Amino acid sequence: MADPQTMASIANLVPQGARVLDLGCGNGAMLAHLQATRGCTGYGIEIADANVLACVKRGVNVIQLNLEEGLAMFDDSSFDVVLQIDTLQHLRNAETMLVETARVGRIGIVAFPNFGHWPNRLAVLGGRMPVTKRLPYQWYDTPNIRVGTFHDFEALAQKNRLRILDAYGLQDGHDIRLWPNARAGTAVFKFERG
Amino acid sequence: MFVTPQSMHFADALPLQSGKAIRGYDLAFETYGTLNADRSNAVLVCHALNASHHVAGEYEGQPKSEGWWDNMIGPGKPVDTNRFFVIGVNNLGSCFGSTGPMHVNPGTGDIYGADFPVVTVEDWVNAQARLLDRLGIQTLAAVLGGSLGGMQALSWTLQYPDRVRHAVVVASAPNLNAENIAFNEVARRAIVTDPDFHGGHFYRHGVVPKRGLRIARMIGHITYLSDDVMNAKFGRQLREGLELKYSTQDVEFQIESYLRYQGDKFSDYFDANTYLLITRALDYFDPARAHAGDLSQALAKAQANFLLVSFSTDWRFSPRRSREIVKALLDNRRDVSYAEIDAPHGHDAFLLDDARYTNLVRSYFESKVARFD
Repeated sequence: MADPQTMASIANLVPQGARVLDLGCGNGAMLAHLQATRGCTGYGIEIADANVLACVKRGVNVIQLNLEEGLAMFDDSSFDVVLQIDTLQHLRNAETMLVETARVGRIGIVAFPNFGHWPNRLAVLGGRMPVTKRLPYQWYDTPNIRVGTFHDFEALAQKNRLRILDAYGLQDGHDIRLWPNARAGTAVFKFERG
Repeated sequence: MFVTPQSMHFADALPLQSGKAIRGYDLAFETYGTLNADRSNAVLVCHALNASHHVAGEYEGQPKSEGWWDNMIGPGKPVDTNRFFVIGVNNLGSCFGSTGPMHVNPGTGDIYGADFPVVTVEDWVNAQARLLDRLGIQTLAAVLGGSLGGMQALSWTLQYPDRVRHAVVVASAPNLNAENIAFNEVARRAIVTDPDFHGGHFYRHGVVPKRGLRIARMIGHITYLSDDVMNAKFGRQLREGLELKYSTQDVEFQIESYLRYQGDKFSDYFDANTYLLITRALDYFDPARAHAGDLSQALAKAQANFLLVSFSTDWRFSPRRSREIVKALLDNRRDVSYAEIDAPHGHDAFLLDDARYTNLVRSYFESKVARFD
């Protein structure tokens, strides 16, 4: 997800000067980008030691927490934006964390690999789980324990009464707004509590 | 790096939180590195229960005299003394050079003993601030401490918010919980009920309440380690041979021998009144107390940026306690980073080498503290 076009596309969804919480912030590149280009402030949440160190090296605020333990540390609407960029698919409590995202943030932004992308469908049609640039893992070693499609997320959002403010796909650094469920490897949703 | 301890005399009375005051006192301290021209690179290191101003380096002609945080502080180390001017100071009431209960009370001409006034974390910070005044340092690039030292670092940001740019708080807590106070009380009772304690005036009798000090140290030591590390190090190993002695009083297990050794060593150099004073300072520290227990409100005064570190197996100052501080800082929108190091060594981990921990402190100092603008 760290390619500049993808970061720029998602950064466009974040209001200028927003206070941002980035769940699963990795090496802090996104937050550093938001701070540099959009005057944002905020914190990343990470579990991996190496990523925590990388964030500190960048001068990005990072808090080492296991997202599986929830966001009890954060009050309702205490952030303008809560990001989950390539995080949701790794979480056992994905639905809870989605609701938590909408609770803590005025706006939530989620991006995850879209399993409905046509090469994935072809692979499954051929009888095998997809292994692609976007989903480079074998079925037995993938950290992506939640595999869903663009449309699956719409249904989950509706179930949890989230209002979708914007939704599109990302493919090769381009926004895909026409048939994103089939045409994009990454699904992006911006939403708020309904 | 050879270092030399220094001492500064303070004639003016220091008002204490208790309402009392202490006058005509000395503070022992050491410095490492060079204060830069605009005096912006000073880092203060606060010590915990049984440490001192001797933070880093060694004394010439004394092998194995390295400071207690020598792995963290020195030339090229995580807190790099080629870049920062680091100050270690021994707290009032301690027994390593600063005025303490074993010294003469200028008011009476007698040794203080039990009459040494109760000092708090806040009092220590005030004394440290006076030392900085005398050294010509208005603003600290950072204040840094572990355990009780972390409490002082936190307190600095509340008592002198405009004098601290960064606070590094390691393996610490916003106050002691009941279990922690309980451990301290057991240690204190061991000392106070030692017949050689003489109500704290044992100096007059030419004795030292060593039995009490030994037990206090044994108790403390157990709480600084983790179950895992103790089992890995000692397990159920016997002290001698493979046969049980079937004795209730002889040393049977290795762990017993280890604790007795630690207790003996400690009772040779540590002062009993100091132990009481410092554990009390720990008990009393509670910045939220003046805010009806609301830590977020208490920390509203802080202006510094923070790095907090805790260790997963530290049950004396558990990660949960550090997270309380993190939450209160988040509530106040302070810049804060927090790392929870998965280390097996319990509370002691804050003094040990762990690359994840030392690299983190190094990176924080390089990327944040070293920006002097």
